Amino acid sequence: MRITTILIALLALFLLLVFSGAFYTVRETDTVIVTQFGRPVGDPISEPGLHWKTPFVQDVTRLDKRVLEFDGMATEMPTKDKTYIEVDAFGRWRIGDAARFYVALKDERSAQSRLEDIIGSEVRTAVASHELIEIIRSDKSRVLPPDLEKQISLTSVLPNAKRGRLEIQKDILAAAAPKLAPLGIELLDVRIKRVNYNSEVLTRIYQRMISERQQIAQRFRSEGEGEAARILGKKEKDLREIESVAYKQVQQNRGEADAEATRIYAEAYDQSPEAREFYTFVKTMDTYKAVLGSGTNLVLSTDSDLFRLFKQTGR
Amino acid sequence: MTRPTIVFRDRPDWSRLRRLFWLVPLLLFAIVLFTTYYQVPANAVGVVLRFGKYSSTQEPGLHFKMPLGVDEVSIVPTRRQLKLEFGFGTPDYTNPDQVGEEPQREKGMVTGDLNAALVEWVVQYHVEDPRLFLFHVREPASTLRDLSEAVMREIIGDRTVDEVITVGRGEIETEAARRLREMANAYELGLGIDQLQLKNVNPPREVQASFNEVNKAQQDRENMINIANGEYNKVVPRAQGEAAQKITEAEGYRLKRVNEALGDAAAFNAVLAQYIKAPAVTRTRLYLETMATVLPALASKWIVDDKVTQLLPLLQVGGKEAVK
Repeated sequence: MRITTILIALLALFLLLVFSGAFYTVRETDTVIVTQFGRPVGDPISEPGLHWKTPFVQDVTRLDKRVLEFDGMATEMPTKDKTYIEVDAFGRWRIGDAARFYVALKDERSAQSRLEDIIGSEVRTAVASHELIEIIRSDKSRVLPPDLEKQISLTSVLPNAKRGRLEIQKDILAAAAPKLAPLGIELLDVRIKRVNYNSEVLTRIYQRMISERQQIAQRFRSEGEGEAARILGKKEKDLREIESVAYKQVQQNRGEADAEATRIYAEAYDQSPEAREFYTFVKTMDTYKAVLGSGTNLVLSTDSDLFRLFKQTGR
Repeated sequence: MTRPTIVFRDRPDWSRLRRLFWLVPLLLFAIVLFTTYYQVPANAVGVVLRFGKYSSTQEPGLHFKMPLGVDEVSIVPTRRQLKLEFGFGTPDYTNPDQVGEEPQREKGMVTGDLNAALVEWVVQYHVEDPRLFLFHVREPASTLRDLSEAVMREIIGDRTVDEVITVGRGEIETEAARRLREMANAYELGLGIDQLQLKNVNPPREVQASFNEVNKAQQDRENMINIANGEYNKVVPRAQGEAAQKITEAEGYRLKRVNEALGDAAAFNAVLAQYIKAPAVTRTRLYLETMATVLPALASKWIVDDKVTQLLPLLQVGGKEAVK
């Protein structure tokens, strides 16, 4: 009976402790600040598991120890070359020093507004001290690959940047982090998420893009015309060349043929005095045959070779 | 004022209630039992926390845990492929991060040659490390969204509008996926990037027409060149053929001329050999033979004595016309 009483008493004490909040858990994602009448007591606790505190007097505040998001508002700002762009930056941070954070900011909402202030202003400063191209280009060492350049060199040129976005982002981080450290905020990264032209600039950009494209289109057309003219010119040239080379060849062949024939005839007809005499005679006879025809009136003298015997026979 | 008095007509029968008292621990036990098991689905793992502290990771199946909030289980779908869409949104999604809040603003970008372009893309990912996923970064998926947007703009910002819209797509995909993987690892999101795909990539609607114009001009250029080449091909090969024909004909002429000359010479030589043997007679014979062929065909023949000097009275040369 006595033991039962003691057991019941112990159980009652345990339940009292549980329900009064003497035990609390620290989750994997938590850092816990224990406060006594609103003042922090001891170091922040980030070891996960079951913990114990003085009931009724002490309170527990949980802070997230994970990497937390910061998404800035899209803000319009001018670049160094006076172009208005809308910049939307984001960052990641965590509570680096929970005690300091708790004292300085209490909760995450006020942290977000400080982040907005400080990162926003650093982004503005960085953008204002760089030209637009520095913010658009990210890696200044990147150039058009040669094989692509061949394909699109007519239409595109990639302007060079002196620094580029990657370096500017590092600047922003380096400038903002020390300002946030006293608040217990460890700024891990700041990046520019979006950069867009403001709507007024955009119409001008569109105008420029259109005129640029029209110029490229005209260049293509005139290139086509030029190339076509070149081909037609080559056609004329090739035609003349083919025809004249053929003419030359034909004439040369014919001349050589005539020369050869002439040589052969001369060789035959000029081989001896008899040959010459015979050729002349035969040719004269042939000529008679050719010249004298049905339309010819011929007057022959009795003195001619044919009619020598007409008046007197063979004397 | 008189208060109404509640009067128990009968005292409650405690003895009957006491008989049911054994049901209370049984009920409590049932409730506890009910909270001691859990199921991990096939595409997930269960991460068990004991008093908030990581204790184990459980594979799919039925498992037991300590009840009354001592053990807490988070189900993480590690084998499910998840997707983020940028610049557009497929309806009926279950992953709350799949579609952005402002798709129109997500796709507007400035290219490296300060032109504007609209880029839509998709990132496919899965949970690779459930512990990092749960405990390291608070919003891993929306962090991945932010990183993906930043990476895509870094890459588009280093390329010309033509690279972005036409020739550079494949290279942009691989480069963006590579950088996104790098950053997801650096941020320790616990997420693995499977794939990054570009969807529609277009110039803004306002300038679309002029981009089409360039394409058309490019076609026109090819067309003009083709027409000119066509004309060249129509004429030149034919001229080449005709030239070859003329040259061949000339060669034929040469063969004919030379062979004829050789033939004539051979004939002459043969006759000459006989002529040399009897020149005078042969000559006379040839003369007379010729006369015999020629004279019969003549219109008229006049044989005049060699003393006649006045021939005109006799002749009516050429007929009537001569008289006139």
